[in-house]
Amino acid sequence: MGLIQYISSRVGAYLIVLFVGITITFFLPRLMPSDPIEGYIAQMQNQAGQSMNPETIRELRASLRKLYGLEGTLIEQYVDYLERIILRFDFGPSLASYPRPVSEFIFNSLPWTLGLLGTSLVISWVIGNLIGLVAGFYHNSRWATFLETLGVILYPIPYYILALVLILLFAYIWPIFPLSTTIMPGDFSWEKINSIIYNSFLPALTLVLAGFGWNILGMKALSFANKEEGYVTFARLKGTPSRTIMFGYVFRNSILPQITALALSIGGIFNGALLTEILFSYPGLGLLMRTAIGSGDFNLLYGTIIMSIVSVATAALIIDLIYPLLDPRIRYR
Amino acid sequence: MKMNFRLKIGLAILVIFTMGSFLLPLFNDVDPSQQGTYFKNLPISSDHLLGTNTQGQDIFWYLVYSVRNSLILGVGVSIFTTLISAFLGLSAGYIGGWYDRFVMVLTDSVISIPSFPILIVLGTLVRGNTNFFILGLILVIFGWAWGARTVRSMALSIRENEFINTSRFSGSSNLEIIFQEIFPYTFAYMVVGFINSILFVINTEAALAVIGLSKVEVPTLGSILFWALNYNAMFIGQYMWIVAPVVATVILFLGLFLTSTGYNQMFSTRRGHA
Repeated sequence: MGLIQYISSRVGAYLIVLFVGITITFFLPRLMPSDPIEGYIAQMQNQAGQSMNPETIRELRASLRKLYGLEGTLIEQYVDYLERIILRFDFGPSLASYPRPVSEFIFNSLPWTLGLLGTSLVISWVIGNLIGLVAGFYHNSRWATFLETLGVILYPIPYYILALVLILLFAYIWPIFPLSTTIMPGDFSWEKINSIIYNSFLPALTLVLAGFGWNILGMKALSFANKEEGYVTFARLKGTPSRTIMFGYVFRNSILPQITALALSIGGIFNGALLTEILFSYPGLGLLMRTAIGSGDFNLLYGTIIMSIVSVATAALIIDLIYPLLDPRIRYR
Repeated sequence: MKMNFRLKIGLAILVIFTMGSFLLPLFNDVDPSQQGTYFKNLPISSDHLLGTNTQGQDIFWYLVYSVRNSLILGVGVSIFTTLISAFLGLSAGYIGGWYDRFVMVLTDSVISIPSFPILIVLGTLVRGNTNFFILGLILVIFGWAWGARTVRSMALSIRENEFINTSRFSGSSNLEIIFQEIFPYTFAYMVVGFINSILFVINTEAALAVIGLSKVEVPTLGSILFWALNYNAMFIGQYMWIVAPVVATVILFLGLFLTSTGYNQMFSTRRGHA
């Protein structure tokens, strides 16, 4: 498989995932028994003390159907939906704070999610893989056993448990970090950057710790297996220094499956990030989703969900495209 | 076959949790989610092993029922995800061609689409009339893909063995080859996948419940935390209400994880490779 073939197959898979994801978000709510519009009207009627006359309700229903893009046959709606989202990136107006467009909310919160997730992903991946490498390479030492045990204990602990434990320890019992995120609006300054780091510390720590177990165990198994390969024995007999063997031989060969695995598990990591944001009231996509649910704002909810699918698929694509830079077998074949 | 250390610890934890959560309720006739059964905020005592919360519920009994319900949901859903992933994985790996490509596109899409946001939508749309059955159904839709991917790659490599050809030339049908020749080799992995799936299901339900999007009236490992957070348990110093379910969840998940990796280790030493 040549480089061009590799890239085109990845881009093809990317487009398929996007298409499947957008299609699912279109059909799922339409297959559900409950109708959000009727729910919304019932809610408004309750607020108005059942005083709205049938004519008003009919008009309201018609305009709501238009806002939700529910006019015409299912096929027409679907084509219209694809066109709006793919060509114009238009998710319609937010219904709770009408008429501000949903895309405005999304672009306000997306940088927070990407910043938090990106930073913690890099930290956890680099440190976790280094720990795993050491644990696998020196697997006989007591330290390696300790590091592996750390990985085994961290691996199955879910995101929300880590988040709650950190909140309990560092925001209640020993209150050195804030309970929920409050960042002053205003221009960029050192103070603001400081406050962002201070407020993001616990959510980021949650994501870093949650990623550790997986990285440590994966890398440990790989480097342990690669260490027994013939070329490592040859290098050792040749007199190559141990450190060169570890980084230049074992690490280089173990890192490739870890990159593939990262591309596959990025969806799960993203799920964890959304949940962590909700628990820390961190102003990213996760919190936006929670707000959308709380106010029954379905346009906003579907917008954030499609944006999540797009971000995850794009991140996986970027990782896949970095891969040939590290794997000469794909570049030179 | 000798059990390794991990498997022993893992199984011990699972046995204690299963026996405890299924047998103890036989000795209890009070509905643990009933509010005001006992006095509020009682300390730890022999009557209330973990004290009572601000709603007058016994934390220990609530936890016991939570573990039981989470385990029922996890095992129930995992039976279906394992069957689906076994069927799709084996057939895709053995038959190959267009069918394999179609199954793989579907599998990779389900894996790479972040499931949590979609679960949130489903949770919102069926809220109010959700029951555990619908919730389980939704979890099945998202739970089968990882298993199918692994089983498929195993089937793909087993297919290249000589005995598969032998079997085919002696007149076995595709179905016979899949079930009599390939399935036994993948069975050990399916057990591992089954346990991993239990972990995934309990975790996902609990994550939804913690933010109030599951059926929070049913005690589960997530809903107990939802109520504790909802009534500001940390703020009023009711630490046991949070700490007890957190510790229980961590131990249960560790037990599931150790069992699955321990079992995998045992079989890979027997097979001679990982």
